Amino acid sequence: MAVTQTNFTIPDFSISPKIDQIGVEERAKRFTARSIKTTSKLSGLKLVLNMIDLTTLEGKDTNGKVKQLCYKAQHLHNNYPDLPTVAAVCVYPSMVKVAKNALGNSGVKVAAVATAFPSGQAPKEVKITDTKFAVDNGADEIDMVISRGKFLQGEYNFVFDEIATIKEACGNARLKVILETGELVTYDNVRKASDIAMYAGADFIKTSTGKIQPAATMPVTLVMLEAIRDFYYKTGKMIAMKPAGGISKSKAALHYLVMLQETLGSAWMSNHWFRFGASSLANDVLMQLEKERTGVYQSANYFSID
Amino acid sequence: MAKEKSNTAKLDFKLEYAAAPESKSSAKINSKYGLFINGKFEKPESKKYFDTINPATEEKIATIAEANQTDVNKAVKAARTAYNNVWSKMPAKERAKYIYRIARMIQERARELAIIETMDGGKPIRESRDIDIPLAANHFFYYAGWADKLQYAFPNKKIAPLGVAGQIIPWNFPLLMAAWKIAPALATGNTVVLKPAETTPLTALKLAEIIQESDLPPGVVNIITGAGATGAAIVNHPDINKIAFTGSTDVGKIIQRAIAGTNKKATLELGGKAANIIFDDAPLDQAVEGVINGIFFNQGHVCCAGSRLFVQESVYNKVLQKLRDRIETLIVGDPLDKNTDIGAINSKQQMDTILKYLKIGEKEGAVMHQSQCSIPKKGYFIRPTLFTNVAQSSRIVQEEIFGPVLTIQTFRTDDEVIEKANNTPYGLSAGVWTDKGSKIFNLTTKMRAGVVWANTFNKFDPTSPFGGYKESGFGREGGLHGLGAYLK
Repeated sequence: MAVTQTNFTIPDFSISPKIDQIGVEERAKRFTARSIKTTSKLSGLKLVLNMIDLTTLEGKDTNGKVKQLCYKAQHLHNNYPDLPTVAAVCVYPSMVKVAKNALGNSGVKVAAVATAFPSGQAPKEVKITDTKFAVDNGADEIDMVISRGKFLQGEYNFVFDEIATIKEACGNARLKVILETGELVTYDNVRKASDIAMYAGADFIKTSTGKIQPAATMPVTLVMLEAIRDFYYKTGKMIAMKPAGGISKSKAALHYLVMLQETLGSAWMSNHWFRFGASSLANDVLMQLEKERTGVYQSANYFSID
Repeated sequence: MAKEKSNTAKLDFKLEYAAAPESKSSAKINSKYGLFINGKFEKPESKKYFDTINPATEEKIATIAEANQTDVNKAVKAARTAYNNVWSKMPAKERAKYIYRIARMIQERARELAIIETMDGGKPIRESRDIDIPLAANHFFYYAGWADKLQYAFPNKKIAPLGVAGQIIPWNFPLLMAAWKIAPALATGNTVVLKPAETTPLTALKLAEIIQESDLPPGVVNIITGAGATGAAIVNHPDINKIAFTGSTDVGKIIQRAIAGTNKKATLELGGKAANIIFDDAPLDQAVEGVINGIFFNQGHVCCAGSRLFVQESVYNKVLQKLRDRIETLIVGDPLDKNTDIGAINSKQQMDTILKYLKIGEKEGAVMHQSQCSIPKKGYFIRPTLFTNVAQSSRIVQEEIFGPVLTIQTFRTDDEVIEKANNTPYGLSAGVWTDKGSKIFNLTTKMRAGVVWANTFNKFDPTSPFGGYKESGFGREGGLHGLGAYLK
């Protein structure tokens, strides 16, 4: 249904729409009842691969590790003809340069977690410097974390301003705003934080750092997708979504795609508008693709671990 | 792909999943079925048969016997004999064992029953698999548990069964309704003559096979098939002590007239035109989901379907936009496909009724919104339909359509919506969507409906009583109330 775009007014975040826990969990479960077979499965799996942000975020990350991961990002499984690459490689700011060089002009983006990832407990100046360093080193995308402490104190303006400031520091880089839903706990909070992030200028909203459990779940992702839908209805502007952490199986990833398709529609079905933050998902998808191609499952030893 | 910025925000759903049909191979269907009387399948004295067809393909599935007066007499006689000689004398815990066994056998054959239910009635396999069949088994389990505890269920009451129950069930939930009727009747020591609807007799006949295999004493449950005349013969039979009927209000009235002045007891579960009410503080996305489930579940062939939507005027535009986008993602088609959300309309006759109401709605000046989805060329299918620009005085708001058709009205205040919601001859169910607990309690106490759901819709459980006010009938099925209806 069509709506006319009105002027862009910032709503009162303390009255963000309420979420019914049972209802949203029931709806999320319903997507898992879709039966994805044959051609749909094949094209779905390839799309999943193409939406992955291959990630390494360890204290012990080295140049060598990042380079190898970047090679994998471009050569997922050379035995399989015409495979897509992943969407991006996600690293700490200190590794952006290495990743950028390794990826060259392959089209695979470099995403950097910034703003004192994962806790976000640092002064604003540090966060801006962190962001600018990553952007200057060539990061295409910045994954920032919100100040959950401030959010839980009810200081929504602080959270809003911080996101807006980082967005400015990003320049042309696309900004992913990590809500860390595992620390926000309630769906009402997730919805509120999503609204704040989008109105403050987020290009993506993202569930988790991957350092806190629970990370991405289907109901949490659905709450965020519905927030994106309401924002779109109101402003005509598309926002992208990235569930991260905890999605390691192809079947689960396909359920997410069903949810995306049936909540936001076909326009969102590309890696410009949806990403999976995951590292082990890629190999499971490759295994399923090989099963579809050859008819038999192959041992995990046939898929590279980087 | 849509542009990043545009003046009109429109979602685009090009939904297509590869076919994922359930295989029919595990469903064993005979080409011809007799009448299940006294523990055996018998040829009808009428010598007449009729066809049951698959409404999704319009193909014939099987030939079904049509019971006449003589057949009904035989069935009632068998039930009376079984009641006098066996069932009323059997210790309650022994009765329970049989009911429990039937429940287990339904579970064991759940897949086959789900497939047949879907083929015969047109409902999506997802619903028959996840809702109808498991719930039917649960009803038998639940009432098996009560059979030897009736004294505890009804303290200070002398527990005595009624005798022979004549039960007539509709086509919308064939096996589930059979379970609702048979399980409490058996648990309380009654014997049964049951007639399934003429368009959907197959799962009841499969249940007859299960009952036969369960070694239930012959005559305790008799299942006979036929149309209205067969039902009338049951209702008017002098040796029947209780009539339990689920179906239309018109037929309910005929039954009530027929049994007036007799000693027959009755429970009637009839039509409905439920109000589903969304307040401005409701969780809107979940409310929309509840509205969809409330009206499009089982193609809208649900007596308690939430067919009248009331939306508080301040959120009307938002809700309508969400509803219109949501119906675009409903998949209409082959009921056996696991991804189908809305299956086939149960019969040609019912489809004609629904189409008639669509015309009436348009003639009344209502605005019709239908989803753009494709529907199969063969078979009986109707796209999910919303009507706006309607009023209390519109026929499509007043009359039960029994199809995937929702009317949408607005309201301003609590009192106004309560008055409008109750302003109907029916009173089977209602739904309330709000984040505020006090509002829920205020509404539920004032709503003249047998079931009021709060922030959910169409939830069923064997422990929960179900039944109507006003022209939606009387008596309750399910829970303890359902047992009481089969005791003196």
